[in-house]
Amino acid sequence: MNSPLDSVVLFQLGPVPITQAIVTTWAIMLVLVAGAFLLTRRLGLRPSRRQAALELMVATLDTQISETTGAAPAPYRGFIGTLFLFILVANWSSLVPGIDPPTAKLETDAALAVLVFMSVIWFAIRARGVGGWLKTFAAPNPVMIPLNILQSLTRVFSMFVRLFGNVMSGVFVIGIVASLAGLLVPIPLMALDLLTGLVQAYIFAVLAMVFITSAVETGARTSPNTDLAPAPTKKKET
Amino acid sequence: MDYLSLASIFCAAFAVAFGAIGPALAEGRAVAAAMDAIARQPDAANTISRTLFVGLAMIETTAIYCLVIALLLLFANPLLG
Repeated sequence: MNSPLDSVVLFQLGPVPITQAIVTTWAIMLVLVAGAFLLTRRLGLRPSRRQAALELMVATLDTQISETTGAAPAPYRGFIGTLFLFILVANWSSLVPGIDPPTAKLETDAALAVLVFMSVIWFAIRARGVGGWLKTFAAPNPVMIPLNILQSLTRVFSMFVRLFGNVMSGVFVIGIVASLAGLLVPIPLMALDLLTGLVQAYIFAVLAMVFITSAVETGARTSPNTDLAPAPTKKKET
Repeated sequence: MDYLSLASIFCAAFAVAFGAIGPALAEGRAVAAAMDAIARQPDAANTISRTLFVGLAMIETTAIYCLVIALLLLFANPLLG
């Protein structure tokens, strides 16, 4: 059986080995960019059905961001939304026969985690400047500096291992069951995998959001800017 | 099969077996507490379940660490070459 830690090299592009995960990643990126371009080409004041669906997605994203962290959603919408959509599509791409989700490989998850790490620094520097960002490492008192540096590294590492472990174990279990039991038996496991993929994408986005706002906020929580977000959803009558 | 690979296989099995105990108990407690909270205050179900999901993922990470260690032992063991 192939090791889940290795990746299959499809071909070489000069000195760069191109693996299957890279091809899948670029395909997903193309689909997302083309979809976003085509869906937002004709936006009107009277929303069509397509535009209403898009607005619903954006409004849900905004509500989630402002409810989770209490921050105004506008600066983070692009990054967090793209992160969520990309991981979701990547996790669910295992539904297409013959495609392994790129998030089941180490390098994609590591890249995503590095992206979150850099964006935490970027948002923090943009909000409080380089000096203010460096000062957050000595937050309660200077004794905590090594621990704070360690924490900023390990929490990103744990995001990376979490996403990799969850998606990879789902794919791995389906492979084992399919090789042991037959063609149609792993279908319930694949349904479970869909749920895991959604939850992991959501958690990755929420954790990225929490890390960013914890680096940006000065302590006092600003009230959420809810002029774009709809009113809190009413609970269903049960 | 030499004793190093035998030991690696046993250790991988034990890592997953014992590493799953703690997260299983912890997730059980977390879900029980969340159920209790939702039963007391059904209006807050949305917030509670969102926090519950994030917390469960955090707890689950410890089990995932054990799984990754087991996979390292089985597939990328530096001692076996």
